[in-house]
Amino acid sequence: MAYTLNVNGADHTVDVDGEMPLLWVLRDVLGMTGTKFGCGQALCGACTVHLDGTAVRSCQTFVSDAVGTTVTTIEGLSPDGNHPVQAAWREANVPQCGYCQGGQIMQAASLLKDTPNPTDADIDAAMSGNICRCGTYPRIRAAIKQAATKMAGAQ
Amino acid sequence: MTNVDRSALTRRSLFVGAGALVVSFAIARHVPAQEAGVALPGSLDDAPFLDSWIRVDASGEITVFTGKAELGQGIKTALIQVAAEELEVTPDEIHLVTADTARTPDEGFTAGSQSMQNSGTAIRNAAAHVRALLLEQAAQQIGASAGTLRAEGKAVHGPDGRSIGYGDLASAINLHVEAQPNAPLKQQGSFKVMGQSLSRVDIPAKVTGGQAYVHDLRLEGMLHARVVRPPSPAARLVSVDASAVQAMPGVVSVARDGNFLAVVAQGEFQAVKAMRALAAAAQWEERAMLPDRADLPAVLRSLEREVGTVAEEGSPTPPSGAQVFRARFTRPYQIHGSIGPSCAVALMNEDGLTIWSHTQGVYPDREAIAEFLGMPIERVHVIHAEGAGCYGHNGADDAAADAAFIARAVPGRPVRVQWMREQEHAWEPYGPAMLAEVEATLDQSGRITHWNYDLWSNTHSTRPGGAGALLAARHVGESFAPPAAQLRITPSGNGDRNANPLYAFSNRRVLWHFLPDMPVRVSALRALGAYANVFALESFMDDLALEARVDPVEFRLRHMEEPRARAVIETAAERFGWADGSLPAGQGRGFAFARYKNLAAYMALALTVEVDRSTGRVRVVRAVAAIDSGEIVNPDGIRNQTEGGIVQATSWTLYEQATFDDTRITSVDWASYPILRFASAPENVAVHIMDRPGQPFLGTGEAAHGPTVAAIRNAILNATGAKLYDLPFTRDRVQAAMAL
Repeated sequence: MAYTLNVNGADHTVDVDGEMPLLWVLRDVLGMTGTKFGCGQALCGACTVHLDGTAVRSCQTFVSDAVGTTVTTIEGLSPDGNHPVQAAWREANVPQCGYCQGGQIMQAASLLKDTPNPTDADIDAAMSGNICRCGTYPRIRAAIKQAATKMAGAQ
Repeated sequence: MTNVDRSALTRRSLFVGAGALVVSFAIARHVPAQEAGVALPGSLDDAPFLDSWIRVDASGEITVFTGKAELGQGIKTALIQVAAEELEVTPDEIHLVTADTARTPDEGFTAGSQSMQNSGTAIRNAAAHVRALLLEQAAQQIGASAGTLRAEGKAVHGPDGRSIGYGDLASAINLHVEAQPNAPLKQQGSFKVMGQSLSRVDIPAKVTGGQAYVHDLRLEGMLHARVVRPPSPAARLVSVDASAVQAMPGVVSVARDGNFLAVVAQGEFQAVKAMRALAAAAQWEERAMLPDRADLPAVLRSLEREVGTVAEEGSPTPPSGAQVFRARFTRPYQIHGSIGPSCAVALMNEDGLTIWSHTQGVYPDREAIAEFLGMPIERVHVIHAEGAGCYGHNGADDAAADAAFIARAVPGRPVRVQWMREQEHAWEPYGPAMLAEVEATLDQSGRITHWNYDLWSNTHSTRPGGAGALLAARHVGESFAPPAAQLRITPSGNGDRNANPLYAFSNRRVLWHFLPDMPVRVSALRALGAYANVFALESFMDDLALEARVDPVEFRLRHMEEPRARAVIETAAERFGWADGSLPAGQGRGFAFARYKNLAAYMALALTVEVDRSTGRVRVVRAVAAIDSGEIVNPDGIRNQTEGGIVQATSWTLYEQATFDDTRITSVDWASYPILRFASAPENVAVHIMDRPGQPFLGTGEAAHGPTVAAIRNAILNATGAKLYDLPFTRDRVQAAMAL
């Protein structure tokens, strides 16, 4: 069945199985592999993308649910890869293996959009659905705070 | 590259070929270093030719080769720094090629925190040697002495202002010469790149969704495959009617061979759906073969077949009448738990078989897969491509074998296999369960006089070698059996890693009760036995310090003679503020130390925990570590590995255990195998790095795990008086220990 999706500012018409989660549409049909398959059960957060600016797990989002929304993936978070969250991640050398980090960044960007100056409790609440096995949580926390500071300064 | 006829390339001809170049630093020798019995630094000892490691083409392009792989530990960045430093170029002027059986040296596995010791040392020495050759060549061409020349910007500059580019110089030099043991290494003080926290070269792609992983490889005409694994480890496939699956949209083929069942489809989600349908259509006969998880100590004891002596000194028998203290510690089976399920891409065509894999060992994996498929080894090419962090031997090699086996059936089409989450949880080899018993005697002055330690464990490595190490090879009709496990006592240790205390005890005996049978599939998980052994050792040190009524840090220092060990203990205590004993209410503090493997990095850690007495919940609040990794290449890399190790080991310690009934693995996702999440992460982790200029690199990546578990345990003891002996420290266990 054909669906028209707006992904990273561009419309794409895809002809796919209606059961296909958004994750596979992005990775396999549109070739945007920055969004990762981690668990398929919304338990790890590696597949996090934005629907209308809000973080969702694309592995548990049907393609039909994305129709009529604007989908943003890690590839489209900023035109040049310099979203303040991405910049903070680079400056703090946050990733180790990095497999979860696209999802972490999307989750953090969504947090900062809604809560520009998050407390530790805000960060804990927003980020606890995104797991990291390398143990980078302390750096993620620091990078979120750094990004928040930069974004506040830019306004 | 390295299979050159060495007899035809004598040292004499090398010296002639290189003119006077070598003598500026070479000791006078008439035979190659290895023939003379002189070890070359790091992995140069196995791959001695300079051009195995470094090539400079006529345009001056510099390529550096390593047999090690980027696992997210930052090794690419550190190796580039080492090469750039010694070649007097900038990091962006180095092109680094990592583990690839067609291109790089065979450095075995990227494991055991040995990449800097082995590959870093080799590349550094080779680069210094190449720099010397370039300078000597420039000296000849310019007609000035090498000492008056300066290398910069990929060129050598003479005192008269003349410059010759590396490309031109390299054209006149033969780099196919053997390395020597005393290359002129640069020293701290003149470093431009080493010692700097250079930003990781792999991070930009990882924060923008760029192609960074084998999972993201998209080859033309690529098919997607999924494997249907048996429902339990000992299950046998009785029958499967695949006709309906064959007719599903996108399905290309169904493969069945013995207990190996897989489906190949055009699209990935089509493969996933077909896999589910195929699993539903398959009839399996299951057998109850898993051990009783509720009584792990009895299970492990019953599996003992052999005893190895790890260490023995003085007498194991305490003096009569002395008070002997005893304790028993356990660690459950734990998983690697990569966030990205294992993945590989394989292509069979007229050139042979090419496999892209996140394996830790491209060469051993190639050998195993060649044996599995009955192919000549030279027809198999394994290329490392990054995966999610593996933390040891996870499903990487198995996924590579899956892809290779399936690709053989669809020649000319690349086949990508990725495991599902439940497959990764259920089928990766686990870190082995362990049991440890310790008894020790204190004298009147509060000094440990006797230390007897017994551990029960499987081997901690069932990596390839051999097809029998591969899951698919065990499952096919003409199956390969896993090789029999062997008890081996080695300096770096395995199950017995760090079982022998570094402390000065005048009487000790350390035994490894070896369990060759593996009722649960196990292999190398980060730190191997060191995690459980340091848990036992450093926890019992605190118990004994309590008995002796001595401060735990002071108690350790009393028994420690090695200056570098003492230095990290003192530094961690000082930076933590150990002398100031005040803590917020509800918190406790703990300390632990280990030198990883007793021969790699020294690491000491002080941390605080808060214990919620009503729930038994434990959280690490603040951790302060001191680490001595030898000469520092990338301080932030050391810090990141150490922080990550502390956080990962906190997760193992507080939450993690694989679960199973008598037939099936039951911990198959992140709900049934929970790990540390954000809200429970330590608030603050500080890592102090000891400055050790000129000292050899010491492996860092696994140094934190042992000290972390013991420091948490000791902090809970300090906070509540509860002594914990069984991992993980679940809320129930903490509450039960507090009630004692």
